[in-house]
Amino acid sequence: MYDGWKIIVGLIVCLAFFTFPFFYDAGKAAKAPEPVLTPKAKEAKECVAPGAYMKRYHMQLLEDWRNTAVRGGERYYDTGNPTWHLRVMDKIADATASAGERLYKSVERKVYYKSLQVTCMDCHSNKSKFCDQCHNYMGIAPYCWECHIEPEEKK
Amino acid sequence: MAETPKPEEIARIDHKAPLWEGWMNRPVDIRPGIYCYAANPKNVEAVGMPNARQWNPVDEDWKLPENWQEIFIEGFKDRLGKFRSLKLFMDICVRCGACADKCHFFIGSGDPKNMPVMRAELLRSVYRKYFTTGGRILGLLAGARGLTDEVLKDIWYYLYQCTECRRCSVFCPYGIDTAEVTILGRELTNLLGLNTDWIQAPVANCYRTGNHLGIQPHAYKDMIDFFVDEIEEVTGVKVEPSFNRKGAEILFITPSGDVFADPGTYTAMGYLILFHYLQDQGLDITWSTYASEGGNFGYFTSHEMAKRLNAKMYAEAKRLGVKWILGGECGHMWRVINQYMDTFNGPADFLEEPVSPITGTKFENAKGTKMVHIVEFTADLIKNNKLKLDPSRNDNLVVTFHDSCNPARGMGFFEEPRYIIKNVCNNFYDMPPSTIREQTFCCGSGAGLNAGEDMELRMRGGLPRANAVKYVHEKYGVNMLACICAIDRAVLPNLMEYWVPEVDVTGVHEMVGNALILDGEKERTTNLRGEPLPGMEEEEDV
Amino acid sequence: MNFILGIIIALIGVAGVILIPWIGVGAFDMRILFGIVVPYAAMATFFVGIIVRVIGWARSPVPFRIPTTAGQQWSFPWIKPNRIDNPRSTGGVIVRMLFEVLTFRSLFRNTRLEYRSAEGGPKIDYEWEKWLWLAALAFHYSFLVIFLRHFRFFTEPIPGFVHLLESLDGFLQLGVLPVSGLGVPSVYVTDMLLLLALLYLFVRRIYISQVRYVSLPADYFPLLLILALGTTGVLMRYFIRVDITAVKTLALGLFKLSPKAPEGIGVIFYIHLFVLSVLVAYFPFSKLMHFMGVFLSPTRNLSNNSRMVRHVNPWNYPVKVHTYEAYEDEFREHMIEAGLPVEKMPEKPAEQEGESSEGEEKE
Repeated sequence: MYDGWKIIVGLIVCLAFFTFPFFYDAGKAAKAPEPVLTPKAKEAKECVAPGAYMKRYHMQLLEDWRNTAVRGGERYYDTGNPTWHLRVMDKIADATASAGERLYKSVERKVYYKSLQVTCMDCHSNKSKFCDQCHNYMGIAPYCWECHIEPEEKK
Repeated sequence: MAETPKPEEIARIDHKAPLWEGWMNRPVDIRPGIYCYAANPKNVEAVGMPNARQWNPVDEDWKLPENWQEIFIEGFKDRLGKFRSLKLFMDICVRCGACADKCHFFIGSGDPKNMPVMRAELLRSVYRKYFTTGGRILGLLAGARGLTDEVLKDIWYYLYQCTECRRCSVFCPYGIDTAEVTILGRELTNLLGLNTDWIQAPVANCYRTGNHLGIQPHAYKDMIDFFVDEIEEVTGVKVEPSFNRKGAEILFITPSGDVFADPGTYTAMGYLILFHYLQDQGLDITWSTYASEGGNFGYFTSHEMAKRLNAKMYAEAKRLGVKWILGGECGHMWRVINQYMDTFNGPADFLEEPVSPITGTKFENAKGTKMVHIVEFTADLIKNNKLKLDPSRNDNLVVTFHDSCNPARGMGFFEEPRYIIKNVCNNFYDMPPSTIREQTFCCGSGAGLNAGEDMELRMRGGLPRANAVKYVHEKYGVNMLACICAIDRAVLPNLMEYWVPEVDVTGVHEMVGNALILDGEKERTTNLRGEPLPGMEEEEDV
Repeated sequence: MNFILGIIIALIGVAGVILIPWIGVGAFDMRILFGIVVPYAAMATFFVGIIVRVIGWARSPVPFRIPTTAGQQWSFPWIKPNRIDNPRSTGGVIVRMLFEVLTFRSLFRNTRLEYRSAEGGPKIDYEWEKWLWLAALAFHYSFLVIFLRHFRFFTEPIPGFVHLLESLDGFLQLGVLPVSGLGVPSVYVTDMLLLLALLYLFVRRIYISQVRYVSLPADYFPLLLILALGTTGVLMRYFIRVDITAVKTLALGLFKLSPKAPEGIGVIFYIHLFVLSVLVAYFPFSKLMHFMGVFLSPTRNLSNNSRMVRHVNPWNYPVKVHTYEAYEDEFREHMIEAGLPVEKMPEKPAEQEGESSEGEEKE
């Protein structure tokens, strides 16, 4: 080898860069988030859309609610007439799911008042144990709470 | 010899590459006017290079040795192990195309295989076939080609259409240097005896007589003596050069082209006048008939041959016991001196760190190799007011400067020559920025392509340079193209005559020689070329 | 082989790379294979491959000092040297390399030939052309930022720089678009830049005849592969979302060496991961090695000081030279006649030395 040490140092720097995640906090097992449902949420059994859809796309639904309610004045959401997004996603769910999964079972027909604070946070009143669990794990800072008031949590 | 087409014909160039036809199976068409003649076997044998024979590039049968593929591949392998540059340049090209339209041969010919990337790809295709797993398995799909007669001809033809000017390497994001690929590719072709005579004859000459032109010692001295007479006629002063003189302080080595052919001869006279001028101030310098070549055509055949020819410089310096070496105006000579000589044949520990005997300036940038460029030497003299100059004697000249490829991109020699030119003449205009300094265009005839039989290639390759000269000719009335390279001086006159007939060519030290006011000189009426000086035209008529 | 064939071959390759995990996970639920085995194998190939390739380069010496000098040399104190483009010292080389690697300085010099035949000779111009440089820069930096942003999947807790990058990169809130449900979550600038730059690089490869001519399947393939990588990533983020907490569990599992392949991650994630794995495994065998190679390029990483300091060639060997003695032996008579000094006066005036007896070996 010629210029051996220079090249080896370069290689080490390069490999260190790429293998950084292997060494970062090594040994400590990372804890996966466990969002907790309040008794009320458990009792309700169903959300405004299928659970699997909500897990992935709740932000899209909230976005739709914001736009239609705040800007369009439509204050009520009929689950029998879902958002275009939900309909499209339901259609392609088969093609994009892993084997055996069928994501979006429809929910019972019901009408909800479109409101993050009044409807969503009524069931999910435990923001820190529900919303924040995954958001923190994934490093997400949703801008919901820039306008909305965080619900007070009973300890 | 092929008839060279007219400029109008050559200038009709289509730079669009073929749309449907790929390059890998496109047969090579070796055209007269583009290639140089094969080497005379006696010139190959003279230096002990292999597989000397009569052959002809346009013949179907190149009379290759039986195991030529093996020789080529083994040679390739050997060089991959010796040159990181080659290995790397074979591996990392992404074919972004930044180099494509930077090559003077591509600009002047439109031949897509003259794009630097393509030139290297020709060799890379063989590299992939024999040295990469993907190429071995996937073949053409991976851009790999087996080494057939056709492929060899393809490679050969285009390796000898590259002047190793390195312009492409300035633009390459990874610094891939086609010159390096060409140099090593040519080594491979020379293993098969595929040398060209325009390179091999000077090599054989230089090996035996010390210079490319094969001038024997007595003839060499005769030629310089002839210059002495010429100088006396013009200036009234008799200069007294010395040869092979032991104990001199400085050994002077310049390309033999300057001793042999106009307008280089006037540059040689410039050196002689300068040395005479400095004699009283303590310059103690000698010429050598043994090391009578600055240039190095060996460099266009192989590193080994380059080293063998270059060895004479230090050997002669050692024999004569000089303190350091001064080198004349030459292009590839200075690439070799700056980037190879000390590595080839050093360390030059028998020499001293060069100091100008006139100004006392230490040439610190040459303290290892102990060889100073005469343009550095003269620029230092002018800066220290050691030269009495009358730039008005060059007032008939409107000068532009051609940065020779090798001092430009193998040394970074931009300001020194311009400084001298601006001090010895009053009218200087640079060509556009994208055609000078590190982006300078080659004369089109470097790296051993300055033969007669490839005139079409030379005129094509020189087109970008000529075009830039034409621009300043039309804009500022430039009528003189200055350069610091013996090949330039030999080939640019042809090029100018072809594309810009109103412009002539000069070495920088010719202008120095004309401007320098010698003690005891008569009133000069002509310049070194015997042409009347500005204001003297009428007297000449009388 | 023409360019159409080249593109088709590359397309077939990329289509295969997409279809394999689609079928493998979509139809056969081979999560272990595509979520654990393949990524590990790819990473191993990547690391070992890179080391082998770089060591392979390192085993060849740099016999000569051949920097491309793109600026004034260092000579006299009264001439300003260009310390970056014609470095004299290691410091200059480091700066030159930094500019080269971080700003693509050489590519920035790019020009475009404009050749027109006209009355009285051709008109040749070298036009402004920075698009290649711009696209290359946009592509590489976007790729880097996207890679670093992905550290939110690779690390727990997430380091601060990831948050910083995300907030800078994600400053566009397209939630105000008239179509609700698109543009949420916030759109990353680098995602768009990457795809745009890739598209530009692909189109120019086909559009510019010279580049089209030199392009090989090996040029189209990585371009299309990275395009597939970016597209699946963008799809996954904005359109066909997956359970990203499960994704993170998988990713962390890989890095913490306790691999898991949880259920319920959409197949598009496995496509994305497989495309990445192929890219990473392909890397050491391809032109993508320019990433490491640029650091070793002898025309860029050497200082132009070979006239000051001797550069040593480790394989320098003695060569046969024509010595002065041999030269004088051949020409002595003529030299004496011409009055040139000689080392050895002939003993007998008529003696003719042997035909140029070759000199001895010399280092």
